[in-house]
Amino acid sequence: MDLAHTPEEDEFRARLREWLAKALPSLPPKPSPDDWPGRRAYDLGWQRMLYDAGYADVHWDASPTTRLIFLEETEKAGAPYVGANFVGLLHAGPTIAAEGTAGQRARWLPPILRGDEVWCQGFSEPDAGSDLASLRTRARKDGDHYVVSGSKIWTSHAEVADWCELLVRTDGDAPRHRGITWLAMPMDAPGVTVRPLRTLAGSTEFAEVFLDEVRVPVANRVGEENDGWRVTMVTLSFERGTAFVGEVVACRRVLGEVAREARANGRWDDPAVRRRLGRLNAEFRALWRLTQWNVSEAEASGGMPGVGGSVFKLRYSRARQELYDAAAEVLGAASLDLDRRWVLDRLSSLSYTIAAGTSEIQRNIVAERILGLPKGR
Amino acid sequence: MRFQPTEDQLALRAGVRGLLERRFGRDALRAAVDSGGLDRRLWRELGEAGFFALRLPEAEGGVGLGLPEAVLAFEEAGRALLPGPLVATHLAAGTVPGAATGETVVTAVHGGLVTWLDGADVVRGDAAGAVPLRSVDPLTPLHRAAVAGAPDPLFMLLTAAEQLGTAGRAGELAVRYARTREQFGRPIGAFQAVQRLCAESLVRVEVARAAVYAAAVTADPVDMAAARLLADEAAVRGARDCLQVHGGMGFTWEADVHLCLKRAWVRAQCGGSVTESEELLAGDLLGEPA
Ligand SMILES: Cc1cc2nc3c(=O)[nH]c(=O)nc-3n(C[C@H](O)[C@H](O)[C@H](O)COP(=O)(O)OP(=O)(O)OC[C@H]3O[C@@H](n4cnc5c(N)ncnc54)[C@H](O)[C@@H]3O)c2cc1C
Repeated sequence: MDLAHTPEEDEFRARLREWLAKALPSLPPKPSPDDWPGRRAYDLGWQRMLYDAGYADVHWDASPTTRLIFLEETEKAGAPYVGANFVGLLHAGPTIAAEGTAGQRARWLPPILRGDEVWCQGFSEPDAGSDLASLRTRARKDGDHYVVSGSKIWTSHAEVADWCELLVRTDGDAPRHRGITWLAMPMDAPGVTVRPLRTLAGSTEFAEVFLDEVRVPVANRVGEENDGWRVTMVTLSFERGTAFVGEVVACRRVLGEVAREARANGRWDDPAVRRRLGRLNAEFRALWRLTQWNVSEAEASGGMPGVGGSVFKLRYSRARQELYDAAAEVLGAASLDLDRRWVLDRLSSLSYTIAAGTSEIQRNIVAERILGLPKGR
Repeated sequence: MRFQPTEDQLALRAGVRGLLERRFGRDALRAAVDSGGLDRRLWRELGEAGFFALRLPEAEGGVGLGLPEAVLAFEEAGRALLPGPLVATHLAAGTVPGAATGETVVTAVHGGLVTWLDGADVVRGDAAGAVPLRSVDPLTPLHRAAVAGAPDPLFMLLTAAEQLGTAGRAGELAVRYARTREQFGRPIGAFQAVQRLCAESLVRVEVARAAVYAAAVTADPVDMAAARLLADEAAVRGARDCLQVHGGMGFTWEADVHLCLKRAWVRAQCGGSVTESEELLAGDLLGEPA
């Protein structure tokens, strides 16, 4: 049991730190949250810088510990978040790498790494959220194409995406989980309409995507026809397993800033405020340790994130909301002012117990898959 | 980074668990509840097995291991609900003659309380004028001391390790019961409300485990305070939720659940002041030295 790093890992950290110190000042100014094309350009520009410096594939090829160091250091240095590249880098890419053919890997992976193409995730539908396997968007084969009709919802970054990892139903008669297929759909294909949805934070993070007889080449299918559910489970284990690692570091930094704000505005004199922040410090320290534990376990077992991601996500999503609630207590009336820092973060933290599988669904997973309790109802 | 226990550490843990299962299984636990005394023979056996001398250097007759090993051993003691001032005796090894071998039972004043005052041979700290309490935990006699006793991060951490073990036991008891008890024609574990109690228990245990093990590795007082808060929560809430899963059976003296809960309450008080831990962690946020 140790938390020590190898000399190679220490060296990786030192080199990365040095590079970040030089690279970050050359970044263009951050675009406003409403400027989607600007955000896309900014996020992809950052990805390109990583690519040129040889860090682009750290999420795919590096050891779990190296990836952890990467996320820790970039976050500490205040580097941009993966942003628009999230789906490509953290789910579609790893899924194609694991399940795609050589040709598919050659076609799709390099542009993700170079920051040339953005992906979005077309899983959820208006009537298929938690019950994802009930999805109804249909695809029928017509020669060497699938013809896709239906609609997707809550599709993050759809407005600026080039590709969509799309789940479609290819066999309506098979048991629900068996008739699903995973397709890479170009977002500029005729018949694709994107209608942005406004979130409660006032921004347009996600969209509704309507699909009207969209022709997708059969060659764009990853995995076998009707085997998309299994491919999807690979994707989701990446999503829950590693997606939030860097954010724990960010939360620890924010917590320190909240404490300093409290001291500056006098709220620190209230012992109840101090105790609340002290408890949150314990919480985020423990979540960071749990992250290290999961990473170390993944390393020992060959790199695949396991169901431990659900344990982590359950606790982290709650802790993140508690952090911004505590920030609001420290801010007092200013917590109602959208121009104050942390107020938008507080609003966006509300999605963490919903997106990527609700807390209720994660509890079902923990109960049934980890604890082996009978299938619930 | 190999945060997972090593082969040797796993073997040590299995050894302690095996010893405690043989010598302090469920029947022994229930017999101890009825008899109420401290089992001196078991104490000496623990001494022979190196439980108290675990961290004492080999040159001084100890086992020469570190905090991570101690934490694994105390987690097992907590799982077994082993009674007695285990942490105080362990911390006295090398200072108080006979503590390392289990010949001497050492207790200490912590959080204004002394456990096993009448059963111990040596008391560390000022227990003058300590007043007996009718202890809520049938397996931990308690006295109230006039002074609080200085907070000791090591005492806190090893107590947290015991809490972790008890939390794990409570979670396992709940899951086992949920799998077998049937209502409405199915195991109650098929009902989401029950699953939820079990799942939350596991999450608390896993978060506490990461915190406790990490604090053992870093030996950092702020980490130890964090570990303590999370382990207290895991043990106390875990036992409560386990009681809930057991329904009416959980409210009986016969079920072991109350023993988990009561011990968790006792340790949460003896670990030192919660407020102090929280204040320490708050000060840390401003970069104030621990
Ligand atoms: C910010 C954000 C971004 C998102 N991005 C994407 C994206 O890019 N691509 C994508 O495909 N999807 C995306 N989603 C969708 C997300 O995955 C779903 O919202 C989520 O899985 C829940 O589905 P739902 O909204 O249909 O809620 P529902 O499934 O209708 O759930 C409603 C309520 O019922 C509960 N519930 C449902 N079933 C059960 C059950 N079996 N047991 C207990 N409780 C249950 C839920 O927990 C919830 O409380 C995003 C969501 C958000 C909030």
